[in-house]
Amino acid sequence: MALLDVEDLSVVFARRGQRTVRAVDGVDFTIDAGQVVGLVGESGCGKSVTSLAVMGLLPKGSGVRVGGKAVFDGTDLLRMDARAMRDIRGRDIAMIFQDPLSSLNPVVPIGVQVTEVLARHRGLDGEKARKEAAHLLDRVGIPDPQRRLKEYPHQLSGGMRQRALIAMAVACQPRMLIADEPTTALDVTIQAQILELLKDLVHESGTALLMITHDLGVVAGLCDVINVLYAGKVVETAYRHELFAVPRHPYTVGLLGSIPRLDAVRGEKLTPIRGSVRDLLPWAEGCAFAPRCFRRVEACLAGTPALVEMVGGREHRYRCVNPTPLAGSPEEAREADSQKARSDRGEPAPGQAAPGEAAPGEAAPQAEEKV
Amino acid sequence: MTANLVEVHDLKVHFPITRGVIFDKVIGHVKAVDGVDLTIRRGQTYGLVGESGCGKSTLGRAILQLSPVTAGSVVFDGVDLTTLSSEELRSMRRRMQMIFQDPMSSLDPRQNVESILVEGLAAHGIGASRSHRREQVLKTLDAVGLPQWALSRYPHEFSGGQRQRIGIARALVLGPDLIVADEPVSALDVSIQAQVLNLLDELQTEMELTYLVIAHDLAVVRHIADTVGVMYLGALVEEAPSDDLYRAPLHPYTRALMSAVPVPDPEVEDRRERILLSGDLPSPANPPAGCRFHTRCPWAQPTRCVEERPPLRELRTGHRVACHWAEDIEAGRLQPHEVAVELVHQPAEQPVEVAAPAEPAPYL
Repeated sequence: MALLDVEDLSVVFARRGQRTVRAVDGVDFTIDAGQVVGLVGESGCGKSVTSLAVMGLLPKGSGVRVGGKAVFDGTDLLRMDARAMRDIRGRDIAMIFQDPLSSLNPVVPIGVQVTEVLARHRGLDGEKARKEAAHLLDRVGIPDPQRRLKEYPHQLSGGMRQRALIAMAVACQPRMLIADEPTTALDVTIQAQILELLKDLVHESGTALLMITHDLGVVAGLCDVINVLYAGKVVETAYRHELFAVPRHPYTVGLLGSIPRLDAVRGEKLTPIRGSVRDLLPWAEGCAFAPRCFRRVEACLAGTPALVEMVGGREHRYRCVNPTPLAGSPEEAREADSQKARSDRGEPAPGQAAPGEAAPGEAAPQAEEKV
Repeated sequence: MTANLVEVHDLKVHFPITRGVIFDKVIGHVKAVDGVDLTIRRGQTYGLVGESGCGKSTLGRAILQLSPVTAGSVVFDGVDLTTLSSEELRSMRRRMQMIFQDPMSSLDPRQNVESILVEGLAAHGIGASRSHRREQVLKTLDAVGLPQWALSRYPHEFSGGQRQRIGIARALVLGPDLIVADEPVSALDVSIQAQVLNLLDELQTEMELTYLVIAHDLAVVRHIADTVGVMYLGALVEEAPSDDLYRAPLHPYTRALMSAVPVPDPEVEDRRERILLSGDLPSPANPPAGCRFHTRCPWAQPTRCVEERPPLRELRTGHRVACHWAEDIEAGRLQPHEVAVELVHQPAEQPVEVAAPAEPAPYL
């Protein structure tokens, strides 16, 4: 059985007098013990809100509606009362955030912040707690931990702060760690250090890791299973080798084509996804990605596409009615032909989006009429 | 017309660290840029990479004379910019424009797109009449792929990618020769990044522009630049044609930087050689003696690396590197070793964080 089983999770922000936002719109994924799972997507796809909902960190009431299930080890986290949730948070599930400076208390020394976790969940205090805290800092690679314990967050560099946060997160040997963009605020060389550290920790302790990031490069080296999110829904799930080798959803293909690669030949054109994240369709009316998709067909606009299991794949699922054909398949050959015919006629290939983006928001159509 | 549009000689930008309430006493300098030589050829793209705090943005600003230059010269199309009077510099500025990182904070939220674009034209007295200027503006708007109706709209009505297009249009409308783009895509989502990178590429071919692209993302720089310069603590450590640099990086820092960039391909990730650097970037107020990288370098050798600052020397055509041992490392005669993290102990009474000053407001 999976350690965490998220089923049809939805988060709706409905403030009075404001447009209702469906930030998360039916997300399903599972994490097994000891597994590293990635949630990948661009800004606004709901990846962070998913993690906050699972941790029960979204504000209660005030127009936030959380639906669905998040079953952790047999209990639904979303139905749990606040007191029981507090016991789980930090002990069984811990979280690392993006910006280490704003998730540490600036007026409290690092040592006190680390021992706080130990006192709350492991009942350690005094000299014992200090010793354990120093041991934890040492384990995450902070040199001279005894001195660092007395220092304040501003005295540490960005990488050190993130290490301190990781020390706090692993203090109780949690069974699951959620890392929300843990390296986005850091330089590449520091990012490499932190990723290596996370890899070691997960490997040693058998902790499951939910890695939330926008960087496909980060998940390529770290995650076992990758979920690609778009507009609050998982659009593709696969083991990492398979996802990068045979991406099926056009959004995944688009993302991979958009990233400049260090090992690519200079002058190789990028193939961006046209439009922006703002041009989306509500999932109820069809595929949210349809307005930006170069493989759009009639059927895309007929209700939410179902999650399809790939034939011959290993737990590889995608949410698309007209997926990218596999290399070497008959469909691919047919498509290559039609594309060639199109370019012979001088028409733009469907993948090559016009440089102009779609209109800003919904205001565009009227504006065009005005001109 | 010379082949080199920009020639920078031994450029230094030092910011004073002052202390005291009434009488400011200079107690040290942050050496943001400390002796950089580089040339940018006409019609080419020069990419500057480095981690935060290495001085790459300050160097870009100093080339445009937006940061006070402490020493050295910047020759732009045969004219030394550091010797110009402010009036002469002003008219020169038309020919060198800048694109900023965050399109939201570099566009005035109360100015509509037309007024943003016309402002530069008016300041430089380009265009005889309003209609003439409007024509110019529309042409630029078209070039960056924005529709005509964008003119009457305000920055907040656009998405991030479109805002960056407005920023590019503002730089282009004056018909510059040189464009300095400081992290032009790092605030954008990946799918939008690709659109903007392609646009920059197309504009360069169409308008024969010369770019200086500053970025922390090695993959972005490699994609767009013809020549790449790698900076570490205020100085260039390696400079080479983009493909050469990727194929055969010579400086240990470049090698570490390259090995740290994650590649979106599990096959590559699994067999990638990783050189993990220990510790953090030393403070530019108190850079290490000798080679500035020796505190973190896995190839550092006793005495020479600590005592002598390696000059940037040409190893192959167009490939310059600042390392005493570049040949030995390349040939495999030197093996990397473990580096103990050196503690940078900061006494409590010293200013703890001496970073280069945050980006001042654009004075363009």
